[in-house]
Amino acid sequence: MSTADDRLDELEAQSIYIFREAFARMKRMALLWSLGKDSNVMIWLARKAFLGHVPFPVMHVDTGKKFREMYDFRDHYAGAWGLDLRVEPCPPLEQMDPTLPPATRSAARKTEGLKMALEKFGFDAVVAGIRRDEEATRAKERVFSPRGLEGDWNVREQPPEFWDHFNATLPAGAHLRVHPILHWTELDIWAYTQREKIPVIPLYFSKAGKRYRSLGDQDITFPVASEAATIEDILIELATTKVPERSGRAMDHESEDSFERLRVAGYL
Amino acid sequence: MSATVTSANFASLAAPVAAADRQLVRIVIVGHVDHGKSTLIGRLLHETGGITSQKLEQLKEISARRGMPFEWSFLLDSLQAERDQGITIDTSQIRFQTPSRDIILIDAPGHAEFLRNMITGAAQADAAFLLIDAAEGVRDQTRRHGYLLHLLGVKQVAVVVNKMDRVGFEEATFRAIETEISAYLAGLGVRASAVIPISAREGDGVSAHGTRTPWYDGPTVLEALDRFEPARAAGDLALRMPVQAVYKFDDRRIVAGRIETGSLKVGDEVVFQPSGKSAVVKTIESWPVPPAGQELTALDAGAAAGLTLDREIFVERGEILSTPAARPHATRRLRVRLFWLAEEALEVGTSLIVRLATSESRATVAVVHEVVDPGHLSTFESRRIGRNQVGEVELLLSRPIAADPHGLNPRTGRVALELGGRIAGGGLVISVLDAEAVPATPAARHITPVASAVTFEERVGRFGHDGAVVWLTGLSGSGKSTIARALERRLFNRGGLVTLLDGDTLRAGLNSDLGFSDADRAENNRRLAEVASLLRGLGHVVLVAAVSPAAAARARVRTIVGESFFEVHVSAPLELCEARDPKGLYAKARAGEIRGFTGIDAPYEAPTAPELVIETDKLDQSAAVDRIEAMLAGAGVFHQPGEPVADDAGI
Repeated sequence: MSTADDRLDELEAQSIYIFREAFARMKRMALLWSLGKDSNVMIWLARKAFLGHVPFPVMHVDTGKKFREMYDFRDHYAGAWGLDLRVEPCPPLEQMDPTLPPATRSAARKTEGLKMALEKFGFDAVVAGIRRDEEATRAKERVFSPRGLEGDWNVREQPPEFWDHFNATLPAGAHLRVHPILHWTELDIWAYTQREKIPVIPLYFSKAGKRYRSLGDQDITFPVASEAATIEDILIELATTKVPERSGRAMDHESEDSFERLRVAGYL
Repeated sequence: MSATVTSANFASLAAPVAAADRQLVRIVIVGHVDHGKSTLIGRLLHETGGITSQKLEQLKEISARRGMPFEWSFLLDSLQAERDQGITIDTSQIRFQTPSRDIILIDAPGHAEFLRNMITGAAQADAAFLLIDAAEGVRDQTRRHGYLLHLLGVKQVAVVVNKMDRVGFEEATFRAIETEISAYLAGLGVRASAVIPISAREGDGVSAHGTRTPWYDGPTVLEALDRFEPARAAGDLALRMPVQAVYKFDDRRIVAGRIETGSLKVGDEVVFQPSGKSAVVKTIESWPVPPAGQELTALDAGAAAGLTLDREIFVERGEILSTPAARPHATRRLRVRLFWLAEEALEVGTSLIVRLATSESRATVAVVHEVVDPGHLSTFESRRIGRNQVGEVELLLSRPIAADPHGLNPRTGRVALELGGRIAGGGLVISVLDAEAVPATPAARHITPVASAVTFEERVGRFGHDGAVVWLTGLSGSGKSTIARALERRLFNRGGLVTLLDGDTLRAGLNSDLGFSDADRAENNRRLAEVASLLRGLGHVVLVAAVSPAAAARARVRTIVGESFFEVHVSAPLELCEARDPKGLYAKARAGEIRGFTGIDAPYEAPTAPELVIETDKLDQSAAVDRIEAMLAGAGVFHQPGEPVADDAGI
């Protein structure tokens, strides 16, 4: 076995450990499926943790503006993977904070949709596929991240987390964000997707000189220039690129703090 | 370090070693905040190819234009600025490469107020650099961080003595610091892999030996980095697999957990502690299901496991699987060296949750052995471990758990401590103590009495409640006996089986051999607790009224009784108790006829986390009884609420 394989094994074992801890300690857990590469890896890891099963609901908080390919992927694999899928709508744009920049405001719909879904089902924990290397504020996250009653995140007051002991006690009505792939990098995700042969949406591969590095709503997500048409190509590209992963996600870049504002309000 | 940046392009610029063969090592740089961390990082990024010379020239030009001398820490600031413009990817982790390693530098803030973040960061590290300013020498923060590295189990530590240019590259200064820090770390059981003299600002000792330190022949910073190894799961230690859960999928009963140390294979006999149950590993389950004949037959340390066993035994989350020959101890008493992060001090009697691997138990602090200020390196007599202090305590657990001394197994020899639902500290198991007078298994305590002809259900059916112990503690004259008697009447009238154990009453007979020394008081409490526990086991609601002034003794009582124990602090100001003086004891104590009287010339240690506080200067007797009854009801002690009965106790 190569060092790289050992590393993927370690990442996988750590994620499985986190999944099992969360499932043992929380009462009503759900996994957030954004249909992207990260959440597909997460579902794969859940099935490893629970020996082929995903013993909790998988929720797609749907803005209604995803790419056709994403909906096709969802509808096919929800069945093929035996998922207990819940598709939950988001409130209309008009109900969002009008002081937010346009794309940020659009993305805020997902936060509100999530809040509504949490209330509807009474979930006390949601599993989310964020990673530390994606973005500055995500880097400060804990693996188990308690949220206030409004879903808000208090980055300054986080309790310590060490030796795989996680904080899982919540005040009534609050919920926990569980981050089983927080310690993975974009490169890890692709290397693992390749090794495990996990299905992915074809939008990630180059067509006419462009591909999507990160998938979101159609109107606020843009492709990057790339010739990478296979996972091998992507792995080579990532080793040399200077373009950040979320560069095609408009809401990150409208103003310096737009993504931070979204996160404090409960965005993933 | 506030600027925390990484850039994905570093990988492309460093030495072209195949990614698949490179070891990934996570490091932290700790030490006093002003000892040059940002400068060292800036220098490291430059010397490993993370910063182009063009970029460097640009920065030097900007500095010159502003009339400031160039500082390497500007590199971090400039990367931070790029991050703000969305040019580079940011994390709290900086990545760079040495000739043979991929390095992830984890942010571990140096400021004291961010100690919980420093701990969160450092606990993930494989190795650490401890940074010291040559001109300032070993400081409080240096020692504090050194101590925490030891407690966190970071075994690979190299010391970097920075700013050698400020002491004229004098060997004597360096040797003095080297001697001092090496001795300090050795005292903690940490051996520094190197002590390296450098000037991060001028470049000496970072990637090449400076000509100004000819007397030094050890490694450079880069060489030291190259010698760090990823911390691997220890396969050479005895098998330990803490159980995370037992799943029932597709008619399989699967014991799930991670192999922390050792290894196992199909056919091995295994034992679960603390239950002591044993079985043989039948299969190792995995998904995707391997083709027939290629099933997993063995697992090594670090692996996520799912096992089926050859027989149906009841094991649960928290137990630790081991081999029969080398099993962990089952214990209710641990001596722990810990760091403490909560505002609220840790002291004798503090009630908390102990987590060891996947087990969880309520615990109380029975003894505080020592408190260390790692900054001043002084041990002092104290009964409280304050925020950001370290110390050694004895913990009494409410139920047995499996544990190893840290020296034998680091993974199953360390605990996290939770206070009020938040992780508030952590520590190493220094020793696993035989709980004297507290049998290792609760079963041993109830052998004969519980083998009663009457079942638990029958008792509940008749009396309408479970067994429980209500322990009233407080100053003489605070109202314990008065409340206990009123409560006894109330519960009796509602059809309950209630027994009042008054400290003084028992002293007349069972405890007549005991005086009022600390040891005798503790023994008095122990006997009360044992009697109460037996009666509780027979379905009684036992009301104990005893001054019980020592927190440690009460902690032990709680452990003896275990389940359904309710500590009630009956509180009233000393002046009021003395004015009441129902037994005329305060007068005698004041007159010097009684020595060691609680409240006068012996301390009363008020409970820090009782189930209930009754302030008898504010609450009348009936309301006090209501509160206790409501507490018992809230805890589910009553199963068939009796008819309301008039409170005609008339006491």
